[in-house]
Amino acid sequence: MIYESIVIGLSSGGLNALKIMFSLLPADFKMPVMIVQHISPRSGNQWIDLLNHKSNMRIKEADEKEKIEPGIAYIAPPNYHLLVEKDKTFSLTVTERVNYARPSIDVLFESAADAYKSKLIGVILTGSNNDGTNGLKRIQECGGLTIVQDPQTAESPYMPASAIAALKPGYILPLEKIIELLIKIDTNKR
Amino acid sequence: MSNEDNSDLEISLLLEAVYHKYGYDFRQYSKAHIKRRITNRMVLSGIKEVSQLQSKVLNDATFAFHLLQDLSITVTEMFRDPGFYRSLRENVIPILKTYPFIKLWHAGCSTGEEAYSMAILLKEEGLYDRTTIYATDFNQQALNRAKEGIFSNKTMKDYTYNYQLSGGKEAFSDYYMADSNNVIMNQSLKKNILWANHNLVTDSVFAEVHLILCRNVLIYFDKNLQNKVQNLFYNSLIKGGILCLGSKENLSSTDIFSAYTEVDKKHRIFKKRYE
Repeated sequence: MIYESIVIGLSSGGLNALKIMFSLLPADFKMPVMIVQHISPRSGNQWIDLLNHKSNMRIKEADEKEKIEPGIAYIAPPNYHLLVEKDKTFSLTVTERVNYARPSIDVLFESAADAYKSKLIGVILTGSNNDGTNGLKRIQECGGLTIVQDPQTAESPYMPASAIAALKPGYILPLEKIIELLIKIDTNKR
Repeated sequence: MSNEDNSDLEISLLLEAVYHKYGYDFRQYSKAHIKRRITNRMVLSGIKEVSQLQSKVLNDATFAFHLLQDLSITVTEMFRDPGFYRSLRENVIPILKTYPFIKLWHAGCSTGEEAYSMAILLKEEGLYDRTTIYATDFNQQALNRAKEGIFSNKTMKDYTYNYQLSGGKEAFSDYYMADSNNVIMNQSLKKNILWANHNLVTDSVFAEVHLILCRNVLIYFDKNLQNKVQNLFYNSLIKGGILCLGSKENLSSTDIFSAYTEVDKKHRIFKKRYE
């Protein structure tokens, strides 16, 4: 199976997980990575600069209408929902919060599933609510690959546990193993 | 064609039907966004297939009204992005002060929170009495609520914090009267606001103004429609007029970028060139 793109959802504990993730992903990682991290609506983008500092991959805030390019990690801006269009560009909206969150993981995952169908990998990492569960289900229904962090190894186990309770994910792994798997898939693809 | 493609086709047929029957044009909106709104409506109304929506929209005015409300985004707040309002005070108010009277167009004002924010800011800067604010939206229900100026008490805590961060000079609570559930904005803030129904997609220039405020409206439009509306704004601004967009909205992707200079890049404030 050839995968084209990765979506990742994180909530509490997510910043540490992202730091680890970006310290492990290599500079030549090809698949675009799209990320929703729950964060205060008033956050600036200093935290993205901080992540970039330790990352081999380029990380940036997603812009509206921006074309999704390989090798780049895109992060949903605070206080906006991030959606993927079928022409593989981003849309931003300020519609109601979903699961008390804006950006919401479900909104990104469901729209990305529509755009990429079976060529999408969805990953749920640490977090303390159930955002992302519906989105991951949708990715699975579309034939995409679903990966959930082993709740016992997550800083905040509730979000991964919620996903596991709702569907049977393709993989349940600790964070480091998830990154290894993603790198393996990305390498085989080339 | 797969079922999935069929549902996309059915959505575009639905949008055609809405346009021809009711005159509201969502055909050049972001597709992923529209799909999400329509899917939500289907779940709420217990409708299984997009194809069923069309006859319901054409024959059931109440249902059509609900769908129009779903497609019109009314989420807003007072002093959203406080840094933007601070920049307005620092960088734009001195320009506005040079005019004997000021016409301001707030396009897509929804339920009015930003229009009241603007009125407060202009009052504190001593400009409100010589300003007319045209606050427009295509959603009449939202406009009616904006006119009333009644907001939930619960939201006021956040708004007060935004106001303070935005460089507010007074006690925010001086601008409204509160009871246990709601607040009502002071009449003195309303007197120079003209609320009017205007649709950016289908209506044209109606005034020549000194400043246009249109934040987080264009993000829902595709590139062509963004270009069209940017031209409408350009033609509505005086030379040297100010254009304020949302914090993630770009002028650089439109044809008209070179017709403006940047006043504040970060807060998306632009000035129309004189030539």
